[in-house]
Amino acid sequence: MRPRDNLAYAWQTLRSQPMRSALMMLAMAIGVGSVVVLTALGEGARRYVLDQFSSLGTHLLIVIPGRAETSGGTPGVLSGVTPRDLTLDDAAAVARSRQVARVAPLNVGAAQVSHGARGREAVILGSTAEFLHIRHMRLAAGRFLPPGDPAHAASVCVLGAKMRSELFGAAPVLGAWLRIGDRRFRVIGVLAPQGQQMGFNTDETVVIPVAAAQQLFDTPSLFRIMVEARGRDSVERAKIDIGEILKARHEGEEDVTVVTQDAILSTFDRILGALTLAVAGIAAISLSVAGILIMNVMLISVAQRRSEIGLLKAIGATPATIRRLFFTEAALLSLIGSLLGWLLGWLASLGITWLYPTLHATPPLWAVLAALGMALGMGIVFSLLPARRAARLDAALALARR
Amino acid sequence: MIRLEAVERIFHVGDEAVHALRGVDLHIEAGSYISIMGPSGSGKSTLLNVLGLLDRPSTGHYHLDGRDVTGLSDEETAAVRRDKVGFVFQFFHLIPRLTAAANIALPMTLAGIAPAQRQVRVAELLHDFGLEARADHRPAELSGGQLQRVAIARAVALNPSVVLADEPTGNLDRATGRDVLALLEELNRRGTTLVIVTHDQEIGARAQRRIVMEDGRIISDQSG
Ligand SMILES: Nc1ncnc2c1ncn2[C@@H]1O[C@H](COP(=O)(O)OP(=O)(O)OP(=O)(O)O)[C@@H](O)[C@H]1O
Ligand SMILES: [Mg+2]
Repeated sequence: MRPRDNLAYAWQTLRSQPMRSALMMLAMAIGVGSVVVLTALGEGARRYVLDQFSSLGTHLLIVIPGRAETSGGTPGVLSGVTPRDLTLDDAAAVARSRQVARVAPLNVGAAQVSHGARGREAVILGSTAEFLHIRHMRLAAGRFLPPGDPAHAASVCVLGAKMRSELFGAAPVLGAWLRIGDRRFRVIGVLAPQGQQMGFNTDETVVIPVAAAQQLFDTPSLFRIMVEARGRDSVERAKIDIGEILKARHEGEEDVTVVTQDAILSTFDRILGALTLAVAGIAAISLSVAGILIMNVMLISVAQRRSEIGLLKAIGATPATIRRLFFTEAALLSLIGSLLGWLLGWLASLGITWLYPTLHATPPLWAVLAALGMALGMGIVFSLLPARRAARLDAALALARR
Repeated sequence: MIRLEAVERIFHVGDEAVHALRGVDLHIEAGSYISIMGPSGSGKSTLLNVLGLLDRPSTGHYHLDGRDVTGLSDEETAAVRRDKVGFVFQFFHLIPRLTAAANIALPMTLAGIAPAQRQVRVAELLHDFGLEARADHRPAELSGGQLQRVAIARAVALNPSVVLADEPTGNLDRATGRDVLALLEELNRRGTTLVIVTHDQEIGARAQRRIVMEDGRIISDQSG
């Protein structure tokens, strides 16, 4: 039988049972579609997180008090020794390293911020003038924290964009006074809106001098020291340098962790990559269910078409020809079904991206190829048994009954 | 030319062995016209299936056109069936989703004959069997007589040397049955060997050679 005739025959068979064929294609399509959508979501999340980190600059290092058990990860598990606090002097020492361009000490806390009758709870960032550059933030109005001695607790603050509109509305804000906790601060600047970044929304924060934050939260220590290396190449050397400087200052104890952007990136990359893979695996199960469904329906079809198969044999079809006919039918089903699923998944991904523009839910190529390949493979593998059964059918017996 | 030697066909149903054919010896000259009659269950269809290589003898030998075809593989018997045998059945066995023309073309399609060549042959057959007006009709839209004519056209599409018909008129009224029989006899006049299984005495009597079976044996074989 010519391949074209084979295809035409199989196609005609599928068309003669539109409901059956449509349902099997749908099962295949749902399997493939869910792999595509779920991996698109996973991939979107991964890219979103990576973009967030990249927006912070690529030669950023973060010094965290305490020693992480594993290198390269965000410190979650700390060793038994109570770590020594990071101090402003530590930050100043780090700043003297030749690998380091800028240093910004950081303190974080929550406090009630109020202006007149309006007030709200907000995240307070205590830092220095350098913070603006290290975090790649921009100002919408006024000035940022003044440079100078970080230990000087000037009563000035810079508002996030949303804080400004919530507390002041349309009223002029520069030079106005507001209350943070039990202290009064004068507004000297407003940040340009920039949305979510690294887990907290800078639009909803207030930045004050680090020393003021230490007083406000009554702590002599720092939450983090943010460090910008001189360049991409000096990141690793800066990391070693910082480690040695702080070890020397902390009486030989290695009680800080220096995290580089790359390390954080690769950790998240790994976590989200694994997540995407797991989700793809779950979706793939629905694919194999579709494959088994196809096998079942094909087996039923062989039973129903006994007399047709018997006839084909009587008029000279070889077992190989009959095998190929059934095989082609299953392959067509899974091919059309999986292409349909790919289309569905792709449309759904577009829909998600349209609803949540920050999440670029694009299915990764490997997932699309794997889903299509697996769907075809399933269709083919699961058609082998029905095809073989058809080819082995006893023609005389099949034709004897009506 | 067909030669069966001591052919037995035994079916095993559960523990029981059913002898559908017992020691059948049969010699059929090319171009003959043979009828096979006998009571139900006497083995007529089984004999026809063996002759058409749809079934294999349990023991004994089968020579077709000088070749021993008893031990051929499934692929080989399919090729022999395609090249030498045409089947006509009581229940027509047309593919319902294909048109009359496509049903007639099916043996050629399966044999891998080019579409252009198929078309020529199908047109010829539609003409010969008076089916030109029905070429694009599906089986559900055809009468019994038309269905059987399509089936006969299909059986002879590849110019077989033997046509085996198992009660070809069994599902038709008398007049239509006679028309169908006339078509088959016309094939025989042109040189095709014709073997007809029938319950109809009148039809059976028309053949040059009349075989009667009973309980898996040939009990009577008359010529002339
Ligand atoms: N596939 C089979 N399995 C078991 N027994 C079978 C099979 N085919 C035929 N038989 C038995 O073999 C015997 C001969 O059957 P066959 O169909 O050849 O009879 P027949 O002469 O064609 O009868 P009828 O006139 O009713 O068509 C019967 O007893 C039948 O039951
Ligand atoms: Mg019979």
